[in-house]
Amino acid sequence: MPFVKFWNDQLEFYGGLTLLFKQVIHDTFSGKFYWRLLFDQILQVGVKSLPLVLITAASTGMVMALQFGVGLEKFGGKLYVPKLVALIILREMGPVFTSLMVAARIGAGFASEIGSMVVTQQIDAIRAMGTSPIKRIVIPRVLACLIALPILTASANIVGNLGSLWVGAYELDLDGNFYLLKILSTVTLKDYFSGFFKTFFFALFIALPACYFGLTVTKGTKEVGIATTKAVVVGSIMILVGNYFLSKLFWIIGTVL
Amino acid sequence: MIKVHDFHKSFGDKLVHKGVSFEVQKGECLGLIGGSGVGKSVILRSLIGLEKPDRGLIEIDGVIITGLNERELVDIRKKVAYIFQGGALFDSMTVFENLAYPIREHSKTNEAALTEKVLSQLQQFGLQGSEYVYPAQLSGGMQKRVGIARAMMMNPEFVLYDEPTAGLDPFNTKKIQELILHLKSTGVTSILVTHDMPTAMAVCDRLVFLLNGRIEAQGTLAEVKSESNPLIKKFIDGEAS
Ligand SMILES: Nc1ncnc2c1ncn2[C@@H]1O[C@H](COP(=O)(O)OP(=O)(O)OP(=O)(O)O)[C@@H](O)[C@H]1O
Ligand SMILES: [Mg+2]
Repeated sequence: MPFVKFWNDQLEFYGGLTLLFKQVIHDTFSGKFYWRLLFDQILQVGVKSLPLVLITAASTGMVMALQFGVGLEKFGGKLYVPKLVALIILREMGPVFTSLMVAARIGAGFASEIGSMVVTQQIDAIRAMGTSPIKRIVIPRVLACLIALPILTASANIVGNLGSLWVGAYELDLDGNFYLLKILSTVTLKDYFSGFFKTFFFALFIALPACYFGLTVTKGTKEVGIATTKAVVVGSIMILVGNYFLSKLFWIIGTVL
Repeated sequence: MIKVHDFHKSFGDKLVHKGVSFEVQKGECLGLIGGSGVGKSVILRSLIGLEKPDRGLIEIDGVIITGLNERELVDIRKKVAYIFQGGALFDSMTVFENLAYPIREHSKTNEAALTEKVLSQLQQFGLQGSEYVYPAQLSGGMQKRVGIARAMMMNPEFVLYDEPTAGLDPFNTKKIQELILHLKSTGVTSILVTHDMPTAMAVCDRLVFLLNGRIEAQGTLAEVKSESNPLIKKFIDGEAS
C-alpha cells in the first residue's frame, strides 16, 4: 500500500500544481492587478537575493577556473580555461546555482509565510472579504520570480566570469586581456540564451511548488515547517532534474537554428 | 434570509454533518450552539463558500451559493461579514490598513474619506490611538475587536460571528453584546456561534443545538431548554452558571 500512496501523493501534487498554474495564468490577465504587491515581491526576491547570488557566482567561477587550470595544466591545456569556464557558467552553473540559491532563500520564505497565513486564517479572511489569495498572494510571487531570476542570473554570469578572470590572471598566470578576449570571443548569444530561457522555467519551479505547499497547509504550525522543507526540496529537485531536460531541449533547438 | 437545507459534510472518513437544515429570517439572530468539534465553524464557513458541502443547499439573500466559484461568490461575500474565531488580522499590515482593506478593495473612496471612516470606526470600537500599530502588538481582546471593526467596514447585511466573545473580559463581552443588538436593530441578519450562554441568551432570538452531525433541538431558549435530552440541559445550564 505505501507504493499506491506514493503515486497517489505524486498525482495529487502535480495535479494541484497544474491547477494552480492554470489559475495563475487566468487570473493574471483578468480583473484587478496588484502592482504594489508585485514591486514588494520583486524587492524581496530580486534585490535582497542579490548578495547571496553574487557571492555564490563569484566563488563558483573562481573555483572552476582554479580546478580547470590546475587540471588542464598537466596536458598543456591551460589556455582553454577561459573558454571552458565561460561556457559552463553561461549554460549551466549561472542559471542552476542562482536558481538553487533563490529556491532555498525564497522558496522557503514563500512556503512559511503563506503557510502561516493559512494557519492564522488570513487566507480565509482574504477570501471571506471577497478578494482573491491567488491574485494578492500567489501571482505577485510567481511574477516576481519570473522577472527577477533572469536578471539575477545575468548578474551571476557576469560576476562568475569576473571571478574566473581574477583567478586566471592572478593564480594561473594567464594574461588578463587575453583571458577576457577569450571569454568574449567564445561565448555566443546562443550560449547565453540557452541559460537565459531556462531561468523562466526555474522561476516557476521555485514559486509554484512553494506557494502550493504553503496554501495546502491545513492545520498547525508544525505543518508549516514541513511545507517549508518540501518547498525547498521539491523546488531544488525540479530545477536539477529539469535542467538536464531543458539543456537537452535547448541543445536540440540550438542545432536546428 | 439564510436557508440551509440538508447540509452534509465530511472530512476524510469523518462524518461531521449528516443533514442539517435551518433558516434565519431577516433581522433575526440565530444562536448556533453545541459542543466543541460538532462542526459549528464548518457550517459558518460554508455559508460564505469557504467550505463546500458534500450535499445540500445553502441560500443567502435569495441566491443559492452552493456550486458558485470564487469569482461568483464575491457579491455574496461583500454582503456577509465573517467574524473569525481568532481575529484573522493581516499581520503584515497596520490596524489602519486592516480596516481600510475591504474598502480599498471594493470601492473607490478617496483617501481622505477613507481615513475619516477608518478613524471613526476605530473610535466606535474603543480602539482610537492604535491605528499605526501592528496586530501582534495588541492584546487578544483588542485583536478581536479590530477583527469585528474590519468586518463591519462594508456595512454588511449579514453577520456570521464565530465565538466573538471567547477570551474577552466581562466589560468587552458586554460591548460585543450591545454591538450585536445594535446591528440587529438596524435589520442585520446574523448567526452567532458561541459557547457563551449568557451572550446567546442576551442576543439570540432562537437557538439551534447541534449534536452528532444533526440538529438535536431548535427553537426559542425556553423551547430548547424544555427538551427532554439531559445533554442539552447540562450544556445550557452548565455554561450559564
Ligand atoms: N479542514 C479540515 N480538515 C479536516 N477536518 C476538519 C477540517 N475542518 C474541520 N474539521 C473537523 O470538523 C469537525 C468540526 O470542526 P469545527 O471547527 O466546525 O468545530 P466547532 O464546532 O467549531 O468547534 P469549536 O467550538 O471548538 O470551535 C472537527 O472534528 C474538525 O476536526
Ligand atoms: Mg469553531
